[in-house]
Amino acid sequence: MFKKALAGIGAGALLFGLTACGGGDGGSDGGDDGSLVIGFAQVGAESAWRTANSKSIQDAAEAAGHELKFNDAQQDQEKQIEAVRGFINQQVDVIVLAPVVETGWTDVLQEAEDAGIPVVLADRGVEAADEDLYVTRLGSDFAEEGRKAGAWAAETFAADADGTRILELQGTTGSAPANDRKSGFFEVLDSEGLNYEIVDSQSGNFTAEEGKAVMETFITTHGLDGIDLLYAHNDEMGLGAIQAIEEAGKVPGKDIQIIIVDGSKAGFQAGVDGKVNYIVECNPAFGPQLMDVLESVVAGDEVEKFTPVEEGVFDATQFEAELPNRQF
Amino acid sequence: MNSYAKRLMWPVLILVALIVVNIAATGIDFIIPSVNDGRLGGAFVNILRRSAPLMLIALGMTLVIATKGIDLSVGAVYAIGAAIACQMIIGQEDQSAAGLIFSAVALALVVTAVIGAWNGTMVAYFGIQPIVATLILMIAGRGIAQLITGGQIPKVQDSSPFTQLGRGEIFTIPLPIWIAALVFVAIALLTRKTALGLLLESVGGNPEASRLAGIRSKGITVLVYLVCGLCAGLAGLIGAANLGSADANNGGLWIELDAILAVVIGGTALLGGRFYLLGTTIGVVIIGTLEDTIINVGLSSQWQFTAKAIVVFAVALLQSPEFRGWILKPFKPKPEAAAPAPAPAEEVPAK
Repeated sequence: MFKKALAGIGAGALLFGLTACGGGDGGSDGGDDGSLVIGFAQVGAESAWRTANSKSIQDAAEAAGHELKFNDAQQDQEKQIEAVRGFINQQVDVIVLAPVVETGWTDVLQEAEDAGIPVVLADRGVEAADEDLYVTRLGSDFAEEGRKAGAWAAETFAADADGTRILELQGTTGSAPANDRKSGFFEVLDSEGLNYEIVDSQSGNFTAEEGKAVMETFITTHGLDGIDLLYAHNDEMGLGAIQAIEEAGKVPGKDIQIIIVDGSKAGFQAGVDGKVNYIVECNPAFGPQLMDVLESVVAGDEVEKFTPVEEGVFDATQFEAELPNRQF
Repeated sequence: MNSYAKRLMWPVLILVALIVVNIAATGIDFIIPSVNDGRLGGAFVNILRRSAPLMLIALGMTLVIATKGIDLSVGAVYAIGAAIACQMIIGQEDQSAAGLIFSAVALALVVTAVIGAWNGTMVAYFGIQPIVATLILMIAGRGIAQLITGGQIPKVQDSSPFTQLGRGEIFTIPLPIWIAALVFVAIALLTRKTALGLLLESVGGNPEASRLAGIRSKGITVLVYLVCGLCAGLAGLIGAANLGSADANNGGLWIELDAILAVVIGGTALLGGRFYLLGTTIGVVIIGTLEDTIINVGLSSQWQFTAKAIVVFAVALLQSPEFRGWILKPFKPKPEAAAPAPAPAEEVPAK
């Protein structure tokens, strides 16, 4: 019994003990010289993109001379809520939140408002009902990313007389990036009047493993002859699919053109190797831009409800030059 | 029909039904293998190849469940095995050196076996419930894998022979299928041709009685968790080799649940005791085929989980003698003087 209890305590410590990290000791000393105390509740470290995002924000805060209290919630909303409460107790100047999920934020955001601490959302959003409880959201416009991909496809395949046959690898079913990257893409294809056919579209769950598995099934079910374009909602799935195409004896980037969203080092490397034709950037390095937004929020300036992150697009001529600049 | 064949009948029927649906949707090519670049391909062979990691884990899980245990940590151990091997290989200048790949694979297997043995020790010697003991590593294990990879996804060069573990072939048959088949044969021989299988079932049925009968039940428990950890590590190596990379967060995510599902579909009761390796195999192929079926019949991604649930429901219900008795009742001739036991005694799951 004692041993069971010990194990339980051990498990509990593993589960919850890490929350304490990043909390730091309280007390706000900012404000005198324009430097801020920022509480940042990050999602976790679940991907290379996220790691690069955390690093960018930490570096930018240091460069701007602000004090950043960083909390890694390990993809757990409970921990994030606790972290935000911690920031409220510490009386930070501004709270930055990258919410794990869209719902369940009303109470804690209300507490922040009551305490007079402005909240800025980074990357992901919260449900519309809570719109009054934060100042602005700085993040990627996923629909715009889809539209950029669609614009390139519509231009590239405009002369394709027999219709463009498209395979799509979607992100996690129901997630905002998957929904918006899909709708933005096809919105542009429709408005540009491209003659296209969706041969198949399935979720690869944003992972290389499932991207490859789904692509293998696409290949055995539909074959690759006559397929013009693969649109993958992120790098990882695209890279998995490239392997499946190669193993089926076709040349990715040539026999079938490939668009990926994200723009990691690995994605750009595939581009340099000629396996990817177009990359739409989903930029994690918005630390400096976030600092500008935070400074104007604390100064009381009017800011838009949504501030899109500056993001680029890259085609085959730009891959090699851009590769060294990639941070994740 | 003996009880063993009877237990396998329902899962086999479901599998055949799934295959028929796929053939109806995509043509007879679904089942006929084709040779591609000297490697056997085709839809069904691909399913078998992709199912190899799940197969390995489900085999280990079958043994653990036979001892009335459960191992939730296999997905995390999968990620650790993959992370160790990939991280070690990318750390070297020459990623194709045979010695390096051999030692990377060996190190990954040793570490995962030790993790498995640790799980077994907690269960057997410290008396911690299996679900608690393995839950700890299920949660912490991915953190360990992340520490190993430094939060990045290490990518092994495509030219490294390590990737052959997931992509290569021997006599045109894909290597993952060979590995899964060999492990299956080894475990089947060990448990059916030696007394080990009997001892396992006895430990699962009643550990205390087994101990009193002179069986070293604690040692056996540690052994099965060790084998389960080893299988998970091997599965992680195959998965990492297939992709040429190790994703600490997503590699083998939720594979423990699929493995438990495969074991249950195969007819092994979670109560421990009797176990069915062949049933587990069929369960694995059902799960693998199901994922392709959803794409082949043109269901959208949103259907993925629902379709899976429906098939699993069907298997579970068909395996229940009570349900079969209830549904077949109107079609049976009225029993004279109410026969006391309509279901044959062998259907009662062995405790």
